[in-house]
Amino acid sequence: MLSLQAATVRFGKRTALDAVDLEVADHRIVCVLGPSGSGKSTLLRAVAGLQPMDGGRVLLAGQDQSGVPVHRRGLGLMFQDHQLFPHRDAGANVAFGLRMHGTGRAETERRVRELLELVGLPGAERRAVAALSGGEQQRVALARALAPRPKLLMLDEPLGQLDRSLRERLVVELRTLFQELGTTVLAVTHDQGEAFALADRVVVMRDGRIAQEGTPLDVWQRPASAFVARFLGFDNVTPATVTGLAADTAWGKVPVPEGSPQGEADLLVRPAGVLLGAPQDGLRCTVGVRTFRGNHVTVRLTPENAPVLEAECALRDTPDEGAVVGVRFDAAETVVLAGDPARQDSP
Amino acid sequence: MNTTKKYASTALAAALGVTVLAGCGGSDDTSAGSGASKGSGSKTVTLVTHDSFNASEAVLKQFTKESGYTVELLKSGDAGAALNQEILTKGSPRGDVFFGVDNTLLSRALDNGLFTAYEAKGLDRVVDGTEQDDKHRVTPVDTGDICVNYDKKYFADKKLAPPQTFEDLLKPAYKNLLVTENAATSSPGLGFLLGTVATQGEDGYEAYWKKLKANGVKVVDGWEQAYNEEFSGSAGGKKAKADRPLVVSYASSPPVEVLYADPQPKEAPTGVSTGTCFRQTEYAGLLKGAKNEAGGKALLDFLISKTFQEDVPLNMFVNPVVTDAKLPEIFTEFGETVDKPATVAPDKIAANREQWVRSWNSLVVK
Amino acid sequence: MRLGLMAVPVAFFAVFFAYPVTAIVGRGVKTDDGWQFGRIGEVLSRPDILDVLWFTTWQALASTALTLLIALPGAYVFARFDFPGKQVLRAVVTVPFVLPTVVVGTAFLALLGRGGFLDELWGVRLDTTVWAILLAHVFFNYAVVVRTVGGLWSQLDPRQEEAARVLGAGRFAAWRRVTLPALGPAVAAAALMVFLFTFTSFGVVQILGGPSYSTLEVEVYRQTAQLLDLPTAAVLTMVQFVAVGAILALHAVTVRRRERALKLVDPAQTSRRPRGAGQWALLGGVLLTALLLILLPLGVLVERSFDGPGGYGLGYYEALQSAGGSGSTFLVPPLEAVGNSLQYAFVATLIALVVGGLAAAALTRRAGPLVRGFDALLMLPLGVSAVTVGFGFLITLDKPPLDLRTSWILVPLAQALVGVPFVVRTMLPVLRAVDDRLREAAAVLGASPLRAWREVDLPLVRRAVLVAAGFAFAVSLGEFGATVFIARPDNPTLPVAVARLLGRSGELNYGQAMALSTILMLVCAVSLLLLERIRTDRSGEF
Repeated sequence: MLSLQAATVRFGKRTALDAVDLEVADHRIVCVLGPSGSGKSTLLRAVAGLQPMDGGRVLLAGQDQSGVPVHRRGLGLMFQDHQLFPHRDAGANVAFGLRMHGTGRAETERRVRELLELVGLPGAERRAVAALSGGEQQRVALARALAPRPKLLMLDEPLGQLDRSLRERLVVELRTLFQELGTTVLAVTHDQGEAFALADRVVVMRDGRIAQEGTPLDVWQRPASAFVARFLGFDNVTPATVTGLAADTAWGKVPVPEGSPQGEADLLVRPAGVLLGAPQDGLRCTVGVRTFRGNHVTVRLTPENAPVLEAECALRDTPDEGAVVGVRFDAAETVVLAGDPARQDSP
Repeated sequence: MNTTKKYASTALAAALGVTVLAGCGGSDDTSAGSGASKGSGSKTVTLVTHDSFNASEAVLKQFTKESGYTVELLKSGDAGAALNQEILTKGSPRGDVFFGVDNTLLSRALDNGLFTAYEAKGLDRVVDGTEQDDKHRVTPVDTGDICVNYDKKYFADKKLAPPQTFEDLLKPAYKNLLVTENAATSSPGLGFLLGTVATQGEDGYEAYWKKLKANGVKVVDGWEQAYNEEFSGSAGGKKAKADRPLVVSYASSPPVEVLYADPQPKEAPTGVSTGTCFRQTEYAGLLKGAKNEAGGKALLDFLISKTFQEDVPLNMFVNPVVTDAKLPEIFTEFGETVDKPATVAPDKIAANREQWVRSWNSLVVK
Repeated sequence: MRLGLMAVPVAFFAVFFAYPVTAIVGRGVKTDDGWQFGRIGEVLSRPDILDVLWFTTWQALASTALTLLIALPGAYVFARFDFPGKQVLRAVVTVPFVLPTVVVGTAFLALLGRGGFLDELWGVRLDTTVWAILLAHVFFNYAVVVRTVGGLWSQLDPRQEEAARVLGAGRFAAWRRVTLPALGPAVAAAALMVFLFTFTSFGVVQILGGPSYSTLEVEVYRQTAQLLDLPTAAVLTMVQFVAVGAILALHAVTVRRRERALKLVDPAQTSRRPRGAGQWALLGGVLLTALLLILLPLGVLVERSFDGPGGYGLGYYEALQSAGGSGSTFLVPPLEAVGNSLQYAFVATLIALVVGGLAAAALTRRAGPLVRGFDALLMLPLGVSAVTVGFGFLITLDKPPLDLRTSWILVPLAQALVGVPFVVRTMLPVLRAVDDRLREAAAVLGASPLRAWREVDLPLVRRAVLVAAGFAFAVSLGEFGATVFIARPDNPTLPVAVARLLGRSGELNYGQAMALSTILMLVCAVSLLLLERIRTDRSGEF
């Protein structure tokens, strides 16, 4: 459906998009993930035609879009803060795109009703935009974007302003909805939870470039670089020298899986791979802050003369704060990261 | 928030306000002041007048020296507006003496009983016919003539004699050459209309204007536009490439052209068609209810004194009203004498003015 | 609280507007035999008066439409594009607004008259046609639209339009359906102002239209100042009043229907350099229009002020310099006239800001029918002739403690009457757009209502306040009507001094008038530029 070829956008000296190549296949949901300033919003705007490109091409269904004005691209875009038209009621907002496409009155009304029902706001046509709650505005914005049956629906931080529980519920709803409708979706977000729940494919961006691309599981299990690992929320990343099945790190020797790249690299140890035992057993650490996460607990561990470690343990195995424990590592939960270790940055 | 800066700026704003108020107040102190300070023994006398009034400061100081009174000026709009304001405040005037009612408006002033009778000292010296009120409610101060002016260069280039009389203006040779002003809103426009009434008669002026219109007279709203924009003989007209060499203006305009030129030319660039003139006389009077009657009377005396009268031409570009005042050289050298100006009696003007203007309007403008 | 805020503006309008105007109209309609309402019908059936009414109305409608047509693209360009010299240009297009009509007439004839630009190019002359009046009205009111509409436009989130574009709206459709409705109140306010100014147009109609065109305002002036026919003047004043009242009522309805909280953003983020041929062409078109319609006539004035008999030079300016020493009461040194003008303008702006600011603050809080009526009332002075107000002052402010008839303060007071509506009109839309929750947040944090206004509303509307102050200042700087009618000790302002010089023959007088006009233009442009500077320099302070 969508194909970006060497898309480049510069703002003065800053390069917001640096020769980005990206494919979005029909009926798939692709999520671009990245910190703010990574260029992900610019990517959406370039696809929409709102942001002229300094190089590269945008193809929609194989058609080059250069020279096609925004309103003829047949896209849907949900803005970060919705941008509902304050002078129109909910129904008129949803109807807007239909009217722009010359849809007849009766058909428009039918479709507006249908969409408002679809997003869970039946009968909300006459409600003033200002009177809607955040979640309701979100739904109206979604209905508005979907109404003209866009070839590609783009979502800019679709759930960014909503509270956590609502967000988690909506993510599921959205995914179900898009799958039912067969909508092709390109979403951007900075929230990895949202991205992994929503997407068929995840694209991680950094400084205008794609840092990693793959299925949510791929990316989650095998981050391509220290940057991606840290962005996904993993803090146990450290420089290492890999020799055979062991890596030499600040935490001592850490076992790595078979077939890991050799030599200098960054090493990720997932918290589940940090195993706690008796103090004399392995790396000696003092237990710090414990965070309860429902079915498990995250524990911060301070070794002597080494960076802080994060461990995940079962509720009943959680040590007390201030206790001294010994740490061992599970090779299955360590990943030797590709990429140039020198480019590492601290979170 | 930067608190210090905020207070500083508040203080600055306050200080500015005070300075400005003080500044304006300063000018207030030296001028009209409020009614309270003006008892009958007050040493200031207030002259209410129109915007064109003008006198040399030295001459006003001379008055203070002679009489002990200081003159304060209160100007309010053109002659008509200034007079009408006096009528509205009748009985509770803002000043002591009013100057600037002319013969076209005189009846309105007298009918409204604006003035207290006072026979100014030296009234026997005024030019015959200028005194229009035997009860001496008003004192004549100056006279001026509204006449057609012509662009000398244009007529010299065309080897054409400039028109001299109202009748001349109807000749085909002067087709599309004259510009005049709206009689309804402009004082020279009205004067010119009254001139035609005086010379062509109340029955004949309409026919005259029909012919004048057929001969291409152009009417603009005010003297400024006529003289500065349309008249080819003026500085503004030259820049605007004006194409009308005849304009209704004043007999004093040619000497003024000389006076305000640098370097001074040997000859005035414009001339006066002396047979097309209408005479205006301006009067002053002691306002009824004046707080300083004695001072007002002294001022009226002074207005027809030789000192003031000789100062009049170069300040207001009109002629003195007393016979013993000498005209400045620039007037005698570059001005032209108007021997037989047209006049209409003030009461007749008062009775017919509106109707004349209305019929003129429907004939010429519409 | 609200009543307290409103006390000052209400008192101001009662004493300095309602009472004087009622009194002078009353004189016309009431004789010793009681009210003479029969006169109304009498006057209104006169064919010449009907002509005046018809002309007044249609030329105002046409002028307003033409002004919007020409100035809305300008408002867009000023709001959305960055280009070098933008600030200066914004100040310059405001200059005509403050120039006395006497001067502008001269300048404008250079564009439309004989030997003018159009004449030279295509042999077209528009002077003494109604086109001259209409175009001059555009010249005068261009800035009204650019400033009021452009001010809000620059704060509208451009993504609203983008949302519409993505939904399939073309560039124009997106503007018409999304931006225009949001701009509605501002466009309505601007159109209303332009309509009022042109409906009550005086100098432009007199100078450029010649005697064959007359508006109600011209007629009121003639009947009052020249003929002292107070009954006719009273009827005409009432007619104008009713017309203006009707327009204001209509405006109140439109504004109310469209009132809603707009999301305003920082104007610095919404403007950028033009992109693509279309935008450059638009910018070029707007600049060219401004050049032809505004800069060219102003340029002619400047050119003539240097064009002396001996070629170009500073001769006229030097003549001005020596004016003070001539010993006549006629001329004032130009510096003194500048000082007089600035003093009057400063005091008038101060009054207008205090009265208008309090009124706007009171009107923001709630919108009851009473409040809305007051809103409309504030606009009425724009529809009343300076001569009516001035003559009204004469017969009402004549007893202590308010015997102000000979006081200098009358001039700024009369000027402030015209300035207040500007202040209210510019501040109100922005104040109403301020999210109420900000005020609530301030209150929760311990701010009294007054304090909350100062801490929340004021910083947010600072820009609007400055725009309003600029307008009020500029209006009083160039104000001529009230300044010349209201009796005052003889300290002439710049426009009065210019008019005096133009009222005399003689090359030097004419040249000095041009030089003084140039100075007036300069003073005005500099004042406006300073206001714009203050805005950008200190925007981060509060």
